[in-house]
Amino acid sequence: MTHRTVRLHVNGREYERTVEVRKTLADLLREDLDLTGTHLGCEHGVCGACTVLLDGAPARACLMLAVQADGARLLTVEGLADGERLHPLQEAFWTHHGLQCGYCTPGILLTAKAFLDEHPRPTRAEIREMLAGNPSVAAPAISSSSMRS
Amino acid sequence: MKPAPFEYHDPRSIDEAVALLARHGADAKVLAGGQSLIPLLAFRLARPAVIVDINRIPGLDYVRNEHEGLAIGALARQRQLERWALDGSPFLCTALRHVGHAAIRTRGTIAGSIAHADPAAELPALLLCLDGSVMARSSSGQREIPARELFVSHLTTAVRADELITEVRLPGLPDGAGWGFLEVARRHGDFALVGVAAVVALRNGRIAQARVALFGCGAAPVRATPAEQALAGQAPTRGTFAAAAREAAGTLTPDADLHASAEYRRSVAHTLMVRALAAASERARGPG
Amino acid sequence: MGAKYFGAAVRRVEDPRYLRGEARYVDDIKLPGMVHAAFLRSPHAHARITRIDTTRAAAMPGVARVFTFADLARFMKPLPLFGAPPPGLAARVSFTMRQTTQYGLCKDVARYVGEIVAMAVADSRYRAEDAVDAIEVGWEPLPAVVDMVTASEPGSPLMYADWPDNVAVGFTHAIGDADAAFTAADVVVRERFRVQRYVGMPIEPRGVVATYERRDGTLTTWNSTQVAHWVQQGLAAALEMPPHKIRVIAPDVGGGFGTKAAGYAEDALIPIAAIVLGRPVKWAEDRREHMMAAAHARHQVHDIALAARRDGTILAVRDRVWLDVGAYNSWGIVLPYNTVAHLLGPYRIRNLHVAFKAVVTNKTPNAPYRGAGRPEAVFAMDRAVDCLARRMGLDPAEIRRRNYLRGDELPWDLGMPYRDGNPLVYDSGDFRAGLEAALRAARYDEFRRAQPALRERGIYRGIGLSGYVEGTAIGPYESASVRLDLAGRVVVVTGACSSGQGHETSFAQVAADVLSVPLEWVTVIGGDTSAVPFGVGTFASRSAVTAGSSIHDAATALREKIIRAAATLLEAAPADIAIEDGRVLVRGAPASAVPLARVVQASIPTFAGPGVASPDFEATAYHHVPTVTWASAVHVAQVEVDPETGVVALLAYLVAHDCGKVINPPIVDGQVHGGVAQGVGGALYEEMVYDEGGQLLTGSLMDYLLPTAMELPPIETVHLEHPSARNPLGIKGVGEGGAISPPAAIANAIEDALAPLGVRITETPVTPARLLALIGAKKTA
Repeated sequence: MTHRTVRLHVNGREYERTVEVRKTLADLLREDLDLTGTHLGCEHGVCGACTVLLDGAPARACLMLAVQADGARLLTVEGLADGERLHPLQEAFWTHHGLQCGYCTPGILLTAKAFLDEHPRPTRAEIREMLAGNPSVAAPAISSSSMRS
Repeated sequence: MKPAPFEYHDPRSIDEAVALLARHGADAKVLAGGQSLIPLLAFRLARPAVIVDINRIPGLDYVRNEHEGLAIGALARQRQLERWALDGSPFLCTALRHVGHAAIRTRGTIAGSIAHADPAAELPALLLCLDGSVMARSSSGQREIPARELFVSHLTTAVRADELITEVRLPGLPDGAGWGFLEVARRHGDFALVGVAAVVALRNGRIAQARVALFGCGAAPVRATPAEQALAGQAPTRGTFAAAAREAAGTLTPDADLHASAEYRRSVAHTLMVRALAAASERARGPG
Repeated sequence: MGAKYFGAAVRRVEDPRYLRGEARYVDDIKLPGMVHAAFLRSPHAHARITRIDTTRAAAMPGVARVFTFADLARFMKPLPLFGAPPPGLAARVSFTMRQTTQYGLCKDVARYVGEIVAMAVADSRYRAEDAVDAIEVGWEPLPAVVDMVTASEPGSPLMYADWPDNVAVGFTHAIGDADAAFTAADVVVRERFRVQRYVGMPIEPRGVVATYERRDGTLTTWNSTQVAHWVQQGLAAALEMPPHKIRVIAPDVGGGFGTKAAGYAEDALIPIAAIVLGRPVKWAEDRREHMMAAAHARHQVHDIALAARRDGTILAVRDRVWLDVGAYNSWGIVLPYNTVAHLLGPYRIRNLHVAFKAVVTNKTPNAPYRGAGRPEAVFAMDRAVDCLARRMGLDPAEIRRRNYLRGDELPWDLGMPYRDGNPLVYDSGDFRAGLEAALRAARYDEFRRAQPALRERGIYRGIGLSGYVEGTAIGPYESASVRLDLAGRVVVVTGACSSGQGHETSFAQVAADVLSVPLEWVTVIGGDTSAVPFGVGTFASRSAVTAGSSIHDAATALREKIIRAAATLLEAAPADIAIEDGRVLVRGAPASAVPLARVVQASIPTFAGPGVASPDFEATAYHHVPTVTWASAVHVAQVEVDPETGVVALLAYLVAHDCGKVINPPIVDGQVHGGVAQGVGGALYEEMVYDEGGQLLTGSLMDYLLPTAMELPPIETVHLEHPSARNPLGIKGVGEGGAISPPAAIANAIEDALAPLGVRITETPVTPARLLALIGAKKTA
């Protein structure tokens, strides 16, 4: 009972892997699916770098066991762009210099995507509150970029 | 920061879950939203031999009107209740917005937060303020534990190791009652340094009923019962609130930690209680 | 050369891979047969190891090996030490300096919580951590040295038995005659200020991957570092291998801030494990390890006094400074002297006396972090100046107006050496004009006019100022090679390592302009020791200046080579050859234009004969900077304080700064914003806390609080360009500045908000609890 087989949909693809039951979803994505765009910054749910969309809602991949994602639909940063074409959020972050080292960026993009899906016309205060789940030295740039765009 | 090995079970029914708890007792940990438990596993501060993951139990993710309030299943997420509360229950909504960040609330459950019983958490205080309760099941039966008996100490509840919280019962506000929910945290989304949930109902320009739950001020959230009693029948003035808050703050036994001293907590509990009572009475629509 | 790209807000060329999740950080590297390391770290602040038993751990499933000091004794060399005073400085200041040896694995005594005791390697990180848990260690606790001030006094327990006391760096430094100035002064203020221990906290933790090829004796290691060449030098010494056999690659690095510019045990331990095991080994630092074992920073106490004339002219500064360097003094005089050299800042002060003690304690070793001794100096100085202003009834803006240096007074010679041993002379700037620009942009006068009415309504708003002058871009050099490929495209390699600040774009902008090629033709490679033999690295706000200058010089030399070859090819005099947009042509004859690729290809020898020139389209430069160049800024913070809860809300933040010529404005803004965010953390939120026994209490990001978007106000920047004459591009460093002034500016603003109560802020972070205690003390007084 130390291992289990999990099947999950990630970025539109089906995967099946056998993993240790104690393995986190973040480690499954990174090590077993080679989706290394989901980053580990703290492994206790604070930094937000591992945020993915779980059935459309933002969730910390470090705070879930991989076995818990059996049957789930996930979107990771690798699934945002449409082939060569960047997602509009990726374009906007690029144009408005909304990132620096890029380490938090995947989690911020996914948090922002889920947020915009729900709030298509957000206020500045709502944007700041949304971003607060992902501490980043690039945060001021993102919140001010959002104000400009 | 990787969890130590454990045995993993994901029962498909409450019966199966409580049977596992009966078998493993204190060696088992219930995994619901995981937003508190998994960090503890990652730091290896918790090393349960057995994890009982209740997420696969069907039918536990409900939020419905029942018992003159809300019945909330053990797997209802904080985000789900927040959405539900968006129109109609600003009190709940305000309290929930203080719980972590959106990505935490996506997974975090109402029942899980209450079971974790962090003395600085919002939801236990909310439950206490609204005189709510939880339903606890074990292999030998079911019981209802009122909030006033539930919170024993720091991270400790009256729920036994062989019991599972299956439902949280959150009564509504008394008719026409107003509410106040205020906290001071180091940052947005952090556990409170000090927080207050207050409810005030008015009759003929006087306080018919007041309820105050304070959190972050001791080993468990507390109701300011003597102050509540003293408020009944009084005019809702700043002076009345201040006197009640003085009374309540005087009885608190807050802890000092990295982020604040005991004196700070006592003093700010007083301030926030005055403000929360004022906000609640402002919102109350007293008849006559 | 036209400036087509220099100064332009071009989008960053590195961004698409970051945005797509395709960047490659150390932890993303996966090699066949790779195993994973985890470390047993000391749980004690100070304890002797009496016994280590790894038998049980080594026998666990999946475990490859468990190593202690004894197991790896032949590899155990002292970790690198830095910070001996250069000759020009040693000639002027007499330092007492003691440095002790730290080994990669603890030999007999652990001196801080987090020091590495043993290393376990297994087929997964999970199992490596299981093995660490199974290692048995016998500990004999020793008395812990914790408070820096008492540790510096006689009678304190000693960190090192062969030292007379716990002072690792001690010196006094003076210019002018401070005693005479204090005697002659009309007003004297003095205060003790404390700056807490807070840290860089990159969101990507550190990490090392190493693989050793026995067949050719080469070691390759990927390291999340700002200083690939330093890591290479450290490994060459530790492993007794020639540097060219060691390739150190800093791949994408998720923030550095100085934290990743230190030398660490893991840099060597992972390669050693790879050599011994004959397999690739990975170690990805986790956040708990980062909190206790990555370098800490700041942490000073200042007893500062100012002497002034009745008219507000500051005559002299006296300061006694303590710095807590933690268990090992690996940085020597760097932080102590940085603090001293930045104390006077923009002020016109001719008399200074400083006594400095850097003290060892049982805490994580301290290292330079964004600002590196400057935020502490500026906090002490700008807080003291506000105390003086309040005492004299002057507005904090007015006292600065009277004491800030004007442009016409520069160059300004402080009459002392800088840390590099060269004379400390502010090269360009106008601090007084910077102050006025900041006050104007922040609408300072308007704020002051509105303040009294707000106070009457119980609204406590305050405005605070802080300014600094910052020696940026310490030398002596950085390397760069610029070359063409067969298609005439440009490759730039440099010893500077990006940790996310946009080198691939800024450096391409410099090279593209010199060579007159489209920006997208330029590829910039940094952080790979195989690309360029010598290099220094990225820290001290140095890379734009030092690497930028070398890229400029190398590209200029390459341009000459291209022109000479093109002159032969086009049968014209070199003076008549122009390069335009990637094509060479004879001036005035547009029809003669051929692509750069044609020049390269025409230079390659063929069977028919040699080319038109040697195809040596490569140039390398090691531009030597004479000394640092001085950037400056004035920060303005606006706050609102709730006097009943002590909660501070930051309403607005403005930075008026001079970093010389700006290569890419959004990148510069981003650097300023990020620095301010970290400075806000220092002012209000972040603190590494130890108890009296030397236990670290802030072991997670639930306890150590980073500011988020909710805590950060809108940040406005005003660019003032005073070009530097100390490099060919006219630029100054900007990496650190944003982090220097926020603690002082915000503390000054809080004190201003609470001026009616007379509260005095003497330490950071200004937490609600600390502030309410100060307010309460004033109310009951």
